[in-house]
Amino acid sequence: MSAPGGRASSAPVMGRDEEPTVFELSVPDRRAWSFRATDLPEWDAADLVPTEHLDPEPTPLAEVSERDLVAHFTRLTHRQYSVDLGAYPLGSCTMKYNPKLCDDAASLPGLTDVHPAAPAALTQGWMELLADLADILCRITGMHAATLQPPAGAAGELTGLLLMRAWHTHRGQTRTKVVIPDSAHGTNPASVTLGGYQTVTVPSDRRGCVDLAALREQLDDDVAGIMLTNPNTLGLFEEDIAAIARAVHDVGGLLYYDGANLNAILGVTRPGDMGFDIVHMNLHKTFAVPHGGGGPGAGPVAVSERLAPFLPGPLPVAGDDGTYRWQTPELSIGRVHSWHGNALALARAYAYILANGGDGLRRVAEAAVLNANWLRHRLRGVYDIPYDRPNMHECVVSAANLKKRAGVRAVDVAKRLLEEGFHAPTVYFPLTIDEALMIEPTETESPQTLEALAAALERIARESASDVHDAPRTTPVSRVDEARAARSLIPTWDAREPRH
Amino acid sequence: MLEFMGLGSLDDLWSAVPEALRLAHGLDLAPGASEFDVLADMEAMAGRNRRAGPDLVCFAGGGAYDHEVPAAVRSLAFRSEFVTAYTPYQPEVAQGVLQALFEYQTLLCRLSGVEVANASLYDGASACVEAVNLAVTAAGRPTVWVSEGVHPNWREVVRTFAAGTGHDLVTLPLRGGVTALPDDVLPDDESPGAPAAILVQHPNYLGCLEDLTAAARLARSRGAMLLVAFDPVAAGLLRSPGAYGADVVVGEGQPFGTPLSLGGPYLGLFACRLEHVRRLPGRLVGETVDTEGRRAYVTTLRTREQDIRREKASSNVCTNQTLIAVCCAIQLSWLGTTGLRELALRCARATRYTREALLALDGVVPIAEAPVLREFAVRTPIPAEVVVERMAEQGFLAGIALGDEYGEGLLVAVTERRTRAEIDAYAAAFEKVLA
Repeated sequence: MSAPGGRASSAPVMGRDEEPTVFELSVPDRRAWSFRATDLPEWDAADLVPTEHLDPEPTPLAEVSERDLVAHFTRLTHRQYSVDLGAYPLGSCTMKYNPKLCDDAASLPGLTDVHPAAPAALTQGWMELLADLADILCRITGMHAATLQPPAGAAGELTGLLLMRAWHTHRGQTRTKVVIPDSAHGTNPASVTLGGYQTVTVPSDRRGCVDLAALREQLDDDVAGIMLTNPNTLGLFEEDIAAIARAVHDVGGLLYYDGANLNAILGVTRPGDMGFDIVHMNLHKTFAVPHGGGGPGAGPVAVSERLAPFLPGPLPVAGDDGTYRWQTPELSIGRVHSWHGNALALARAYAYILANGGDGLRRVAEAAVLNANWLRHRLRGVYDIPYDRPNMHECVVSAANLKKRAGVRAVDVAKRLLEEGFHAPTVYFPLTIDEALMIEPTETESPQTLEALAAALERIARESASDVHDAPRTTPVSRVDEARAARSLIPTWDAREPRH
Repeated sequence: MLEFMGLGSLDDLWSAVPEALRLAHGLDLAPGASEFDVLADMEAMAGRNRRAGPDLVCFAGGGAYDHEVPAAVRSLAFRSEFVTAYTPYQPEVAQGVLQALFEYQTLLCRLSGVEVANASLYDGASACVEAVNLAVTAAGRPTVWVSEGVHPNWREVVRTFAAGTGHDLVTLPLRGGVTALPDDVLPDDESPGAPAAILVQHPNYLGCLEDLTAAARLARSRGAMLLVAFDPVAAGLLRSPGAYGADVVVGEGQPFGTPLSLGGPYLGLFACRLEHVRRLPGRLVGETVDTEGRRAYVTTLRTREQDIRREKASSNVCTNQTLIAVCCAIQLSWLGTTGLRELALRCARATRYTREALLALDGVVPIAEAPVLREFAVRTPIPAEVVVERMAEQGFLAGIALGDEYGEGLLVAVTERRTRAEIDAYAAAFEKVLA
């Protein structure tokens, strides 16, 4: 078998010293900056601004040469794992490879050099792109209309809940509860609260899906809706989704689809066909927008026809002559972003979708589900598999027995895996599984990489507590003292070494 | 692989998806295309925009500014280790992003004059929303006074989210270009009740410098927090909001290293006094040590966050704008102490020069006489929309036509990129389109 392409244990490191902060590299009057020659009058600050507003002293920042600046941040990149380096099987995060095409697309000067407040006549290309992307996302999800404004998944969730609220309010109804499953992401209950609703938690049944009987008992005319991820956070498809949708709709509630796991069903089935009314998508998961170390992402929200009048505006709308104009829906909940959302992230997703096409997106889902199922089979007997039945894009295994037998916990497995040249899976989530390891290989890892990952997990499972407790030893720093960080908070360089 | 799993075909993977829900004919989308075809199509589409720079010399601002992005920043911010990493959940392999964020937090604290900053929010608007949420949760009172000088889009977003939280937003109108603080006049005719916070922007949307001393005094007298939306470029010259006693400082970080990009991704700046750190939204990086005692960084005070507090969390922020925050830290380090001051000074000089040139034209008058720094608003003898439209034909993005709430007018911003020759040409074209 060929060598795996997704394993990074060969990554070179020059040493294991601390990298000084940019403030330690600073030398007075050293500089990297320069500005255009403008030929403008050189008024003093005091000529331009009333002195009571002026800071007599400049704000002290770092003072470094361009050479030292570039070296510092380049060295920081050498202390950072990334998808471009190796596999990142972080469950629920869909850390797929991000095609370089999308970097080029998002760097087109015709896209980057456009002011967001420029009149529509000057931004027709952008408006066409956004309108086309919204249309494509509706086709993929089976919905009617979409807003591209929400800049992240959680922002999309809250937008969806405000749409839910506006819908009920418009019908003269005040409802107070939103149902979410016990396996839901933490953003769901937090969004529910910020949407002005109370969370009602529906338990999972023995098969790891929503307990339909329990749900029916919770449903009444005070329920505004339900938020579901399908496949759910256990990587399992909610087979009763049609019955769930009927039950929720019967009490006048709406169904919200959390698109965190949309990657699994691209071209196979659509939330709209399952009965969902509101859908958010994480373009930074499903549509390959790189995660940027924690953003920017994009969380567009698509809705069924009856909810379209409530969407945030303005939306790009084409007239009969093909000219686009901005239009705000008549019952709009209002803007949810300063401008039009994370536009360049939207352009990246657009490029990704065009390159894949409808056929390619279906292959994405197939490979993602194939890889995750293969891993579940491969890890059978090595780790506990709480729900050992066909999963979708991810599988959840447990280190509970490992912990009992050898004192090796999920976190130890995660840290040891770093030494093996892979990023760790998501650990301790979902909360319903003891010592959970949530593994999402994505479609972009090869069989060779999957086998190397499985072999590494297998090796670790044979180790004892004393083997794993020191891990990771090959990384830029060893295990980090998280308790100390919280106990004696140092949130800035100045908190450590006061300047005055 | 299928054989290993005992499956006959790829279709067997979908056994859990009910037949009735499966798409019989796949997605109704065009088939895939090569990267070269996709890029050519998108380039053609991008060609239907008129670019700031070669097509339009940019005098528009309003929270989105045409600043220089130096080569070093572009090059570093595109490093794939920064671009393709996830949120730093495994700190041992994420020291690069964590340390860059720690440096970003330090830089933002120095600019804002308060002690703690988070690792970013989405944009200026979301930073305002979170500041309002923090203040209301802390005070246990729902009313917030919001200055009309705060960016209208940001205020709209605050209103949108207030529908869920039930906050009561009271608008403080502008008088003479600056916020009329209720010592002078109460908004509407009714007493709005004790506010949890007062939110002002400085310099405000019209570019005018606010009286933060008075705003801080008013906030203290009402037991309210002072929330200040600041301009991090103007901060190169101005006293920091923290120096006036601001509790929370928010802003839009786009000016540091982020192109205009139709408004995103930008950067929500959020910093506050240390006493509010337990209510800080989003992620916070702290310094600690590893098992060998070496300095290390990690996301900390995690119990504030949504994945742990769930329905008790006061913010749902998870993914933020980390890459843009890293980019901001790089650009601020490129500028350094002297460069930031020089940048602010150059913006202020160019703004003064442009303002004088426009006010010399017949019928162009200032909307307010209050002092400005890098942006100003004028009334024009013909509608501002028409000015913008005609100026575009002359190769200029003249500014932003103001909405009704400010009365008719044009908002003009001038950055360090504008030369005397460009400004002279702008003023000459302006005179022509008014004629």
